[in-house]
Amino acid sequence: MQTTMTSLIEINKLNLYYGSFHALKNVSMRIPEKAITAFIGPSGCGKSTLLRTLNRMNDMIPGTRIEGEISISGTDIYSGSVDVETLRKKVGMVFQQPNPFPKSIYDNIAYGPRLHGIRDRKTLDEIVETSLRSAVLWEEVKDYLKRSAFSLSGGQQQRLCIARALAVNPDILLMDEATSALDPISTLKIEELVQELKNRYTIVMVTHNMHQAARVSNQTVFFLNGEVVEYDETEKLFSNPSDQRTEDYISGRFG
Amino acid sequence: MSNVNANLNMKTNVNKSKEEPTVGAKSIFVDANRKQIATRRRIDWLLRLLFLVATSIGVLALMALLIDIVSNGIARVQPELFNNFPSRRASEAGMKSAIVGSLYMLAIMAPLSFLLGVGAAIYLEEYAKKNRLTRIIQLNISTLAGVPSIVYGILGLTLFVRELHLGRSLLSGAFTMTLLVLPIIIVSAQEAIRAVPKARRDASFALGATKWQTVSRSVLPSSISGILTGVILAMSRAIGETAPLVMIGALTFVAFLPNGPMDSFTVMPIQIYNWVSRPQASFQELAAAGIIVLLVTLLIMNFSAILLRNKYNKHI
Repeated sequence: MQTTMTSLIEINKLNLYYGSFHALKNVSMRIPEKAITAFIGPSGCGKSTLLRTLNRMNDMIPGTRIEGEISISGTDIYSGSVDVETLRKKVGMVFQQPNPFPKSIYDNIAYGPRLHGIRDRKTLDEIVETSLRSAVLWEEVKDYLKRSAFSLSGGQQQRLCIARALAVNPDILLMDEATSALDPISTLKIEELVQELKNRYTIVMVTHNMHQAARVSNQTVFFLNGEVVEYDETEKLFSNPSDQRTEDYISGRFG
Repeated sequence: MSNVNANLNMKTNVNKSKEEPTVGAKSIFVDANRKQIATRRRIDWLLRLLFLVATSIGVLALMALLIDIVSNGIARVQPELFNNFPSRRASEAGMKSAIVGSLYMLAIMAPLSFLLGVGAAIYLEEYAKKNRLTRIIQLNISTLAGVPSIVYGILGLTLFVRELHLGRSLLSGAFTMTLLVLPIIIVSAQEAIRAVPKARRDASFALGATKWQTVSRSVLPSSISGILTGVILAMSRAIGETAPLVMIGALTFVAFLPNGPMDSFTVMPIQIYNWVSRPQASFQELAAAGIIVLLVTLLIMNFSAILLRNKYNKHI
């Protein structure tokens, strides 16, 4: 399918259980590098669960069991040799609700680099500026870096969270319904930002909003009840789906 | 046939209910049972009075106590009260050794109970698996918070004074008091830690933080005011405690300052207890003055706890 692109993430026969609940069923896919892949599907279909396996945030939920394999640039991320902190440094995440720390804008961005041992003030200053520029927030906040992150609007807070994720220099950015708590204008800004970021990062986004998937993504995966129903180029999936269930969903017959 | 009948019935029902509202709307006011309403009003009024009386009794009793103590003791709140040691002569007696004893005890107890209490709270909230054992420990801690203080006195006497041979020392007293306030500190610190939104932890973990990095850089800064509030309230409880210290043998008459943690000691409430039990009126005045000092100390501590809590609320 993506003959021109190399795949960065390979998921092979992945099964995930929460206790006795079978949340992901035999999921296999290849996620291409430097492109936007969108996961769509109704609530509880497993799209967020799959996203959270990619940076192992599911590890923290008691009773989670995983079978199968996920490899990122050739390394099985669930193998014993992988350090979960290093993985999360490489695979950043933006959440549904903007969740800045109750710290200054500067300290929010510097939080990640400081975790990984960067202490030098000048280096931190540079990281803060580049990250904020990458998230197209620099011009708005450059004079208020010492102000609390809570003084920003919801949309600005979410861009701050994107900048914070970028500050640790990840390869992959996971976005878990990152615009669902925002107004349409802020949503548009984030969508534009994501378009720019895909030149440098591999982006995987979960969205409730089919139109958003159609607008911004290159590939779309449609989930239903823990299974991948269809996985294709976004244009093809929305204009000419090969599965009846996909067509029913995208035409609004359920979900 | 029966189907048609049912349909007809439904229709007539619908018609009835359509008419009723107009009749009902009038009758709500006309047919209301005035007597019943009057009775309900009276019950309402009576209960309101009852609750007011209940509140007043509490407040008035407290006011009476305060006025009595202040009028008895304020004249004796003089420099001598703070500078003199206890004496057989009421005119020369002060509570220097008691004030210093309380402060010394606080100085040992505060850091010790803070470290142990907050450490336990962090473990229980952040590290411990949520299993049966944790629940049993949790239940035990909550129960311990309600155990009478004299029981801790007996424990302190057995464990610190006798088994560990610490004697009737300041250290024994501080350790006993630490045990007494630990459950309170653990429970309040747990609540403060639990109040930190999960999203803030997730944000930290997603950036590649370890557990301890998340706790120390995200969870604790967000909850420290709440934790400190609990610690201060626990300390103010400890400052007013008498029973466990009497039990482990704090002296009632100490005419010197403790030189080190192994010295014998006294604290403010014990000094007050000692003065109250004297028959002479002048010692009663001294006791009242001592109570004023203790109350002011407690007020200052509780006030700083409120200030901290307000600061905490502003952050969230």
